[in-house]
Amino acid sequence: MKSLEELRELRAELEKEISARNSEGKPKIIIGMGTCGIAAGARDILQAVTQELRKRNLDVITTQTGCIGMCEQEPLMDVQLPGQDRITYGKITAKDVERIVVEHLINGNVVAELAVARLEEGGV
Amino acid sequence: MRELSLHILDIAQNSIAASASIIEIYIDENSIQDRLTIRIADNGRGIPQHQLAQVMDPFFTSRKTRGVGLGLALFAQAAKGAEGELLIDSNVGAGTTVTATFRYSHIDRAPLGDLAGTLLGVIMLNPEVEVVYQHTCLERTLRIDTREIKSELGNIAINHPAVMNWLEGFVREGIDDLYGGE
Repeated sequence: MKSLEELRELRAELEKEISARNSEGKPKIIIGMGTCGIAAGARDILQAVTQELRKRNLDVITTQTGCIGMCEQEPLMDVQLPGQDRITYGKITAKDVERIVVEHLINGNVVAELAVARLEEGGV
Repeated sequence: MRELSLHILDIAQNSIAASASIIEIYIDENSIQDRLTIRIADNGRGIPQHQLAQVMDPFFTSRKTRGVGLGLALFAQAAKGAEGELLIDSNVGAGTTVTATFRYSHIDRAPLGDLAGTLLGVIMLNPEVEVVYQHTCLERTLRIDTREIKSELGNIAINHPAVMNWLEGFVREGIDDLYGGE
C-alpha cells in the first residue's frame, strides 16, 4: 500500500538529489489538450511522457495547449529544446513518444517523419 | 469520447483556461439509487450570465481564434443519452460548477474509464493548481487533496517524475479499494 510515510522517505531522497532544479534552460514538452486532442488520445500520450521522464530521470517542463486548429493532426505534442525551434509532432501514438524523447529531447535530432510543424524560436 | 473520465479531463481543461487555482472533482456512484453524479467545480473566472445559455451550443466558444467549442456539448450529450442531464452553475469571479448525472445502469452510459489517468494528467500538467478528488461508491469514499500531498513534499514539485510514480500507485490503489479491492 502506498502510504504517506513512503512519500516522506521519497522527499528526503529527492531533496538530496535536487539542489538546483530550476525552470531556466529546461527542455519543454507541450501536449495538445483541447477537446480534439483529448478525444484523439492526448491522455495516453501524456501518460507515456510521464513514464519516459520517470524511466530516464529527465528534468523537463511538461505543459499543455488548447486546440490550435490542427484537430485532424491530433494528438499533437511539441518539443522545444532551449534556444531551438519548437517542433510539433502530429498523429503520434504512445509508442512514438519514446522515440521522440530519445531522438529529439535527449539527442537533439528532430524526428522528421513525425513532425508536422516548426515554430521558430522567438516566434509567437 | 469513449470514457466519462475523458470528459472530466476536458472540463478540467476549461477550468485551467479560466485560470482556476482550485479544481474539485466529485464522483458519486450510487448503484442503489441507480444514479451516477459527476461534478467538476472550480474557482476560475466564471461565465458571464449572458453567455451561460450559449455554452452548450457547439457553435459557441469564448475563444477568439475559432468559432466552435464542443466540450460541454459532448458531455451534455453523454448525460442525456443515459437519462441524465448536465447543469452549469457559474458566477463571474467566483467560479464554475459543472454537474452531470446519469442513470447508473443505463446501457448507453459510457464507462468511467481511467479516472486515475485523468487525475494524474491534470496534476502533471498543472503542478501549481490544487486538485481535490472525491470519489464515493456507496459507503466507501476516497478523497485526495493535492494540498495535503504538497505539505509532505516541501520544495519538491508534485509533478517530479518520482513523485508522480508514487502518486500513480497511491491513486490507483485508492480507486481499486473503492471497488472492493484488497
